[in-house]
Amino acid sequence: MACLNLALGFMHELGIATSILECVQAEANRRPGARITKVGVKIGELAGVDVDSLQFGFEAIIKDTGLEGLVLAVESIPRVQRCPKCQHEFRMTDYDPQCPHCGEFATQCISGEELDIAYMEVDE
Amino acid sequence: MSRVEVEKKVLNENQILAQQLRERYREQRVLCVNLVSSPGSGKTLLLEKTLERMDKSARVAVLTGDLQTENDAKRLAKFGFPVKQIVTGGTCHLDAKMVERHLVDWKLEDLDLLVVENVGNLVCPSSYDLGEDAKIVLLSTTEGEDKPLKYPSIFFKSELMVLTKIDLLPYVPFSAELAKENAHRVHPGMEILELSSTTGEGLDAWMKWLKRRQQQKAETVLTELGG
Repeated sequence: MACLNLALGFMHELGIATSILECVQAEANRRPGARITKVGVKIGELAGVDVDSLQFGFEAIIKDTGLEGLVLAVESIPRVQRCPKCQHEFRMTDYDPQCPHCGEFATQCISGEELDIAYMEVDE
Repeated sequence: MSRVEVEKKVLNENQILAQQLRERYREQRVLCVNLVSSPGSGKTLLLEKTLERMDKSARVAVLTGDLQTENDAKRLAKFGFPVKQIVTGGTCHLDAKMVERHLVDWKLEDLDLLVVENVGNLVCPSSYDLGEDAKIVLLSTTEGEDKPLKYPSIFFKSELMVLTKIDLLPYVPFSAELAKENAHRVHPGMEILELSSTTGEGLDAWMKWLKRRQQQKAETVLTELGG
């Protein structure tokens, strides 16, 4: 791990990848004999995680763990705002928070911050 | 093949620890703020000026994070308040475990304000909850006005943005208005203060903000206890 840290510099996503791997290993320990083939994660656009870097870091750290072949499936979650006045929900683009329906500016973020492990696929 | 639903935060361990810290701060009525910025935006200088202006009886402590060196702790220790350096040894952010470890020999009940100066970085610190009451992001006039658009996560999660080095505005091609507009595009309604640690302009408002936020915390805790 220390070598990898050096090789990959201070890559932020490596820490995230390590946390995902730890979660998979904990699940694997609970299911002796089973093989985990896929882990699904949700990453919001406000989470500050680069998906390519995450995949790269994840592939690097699963080597020699007995989890080779484990697929990391990333679902990117867009930023969605809700208008407190008219309850309209809209996909936020270009950081424009204005409600396209009624023009309200003070809309609230209801998704896009996710950094969650959603599911795992297991061969029993 | 079967599918197991997990629904767990990736940084669950950090989140649990951060929540424990938050609970301890609440019990002891300590306001914890987490200062985040690029390297060189003026976090340490602002803290020096903050400690310099604090009443000698103020119950404040500082944890300051860096990849290497104890330099910042040395700069901050001369004001007589408890200061501790967290050397991360390469990690680009502080996490809740590092904070917890460095708090062990401090009594939280002796504090009203705990300032955590994060590692200079706008990316990673945004993902790691330290149990703080508020993240504060600094942006200096020698950077680009579009930093909030390039690093939306930290600007979205911060309660306050502090625009630093405003004494340099006449000499740099930086539009404070555009920077504030960009910050509000990412985080509508975010509070913004402008200051210069060098000339002292705007520092009164900053000290007042800290004071007000401490009072607000104390009142919230009291209400919760009463309820």
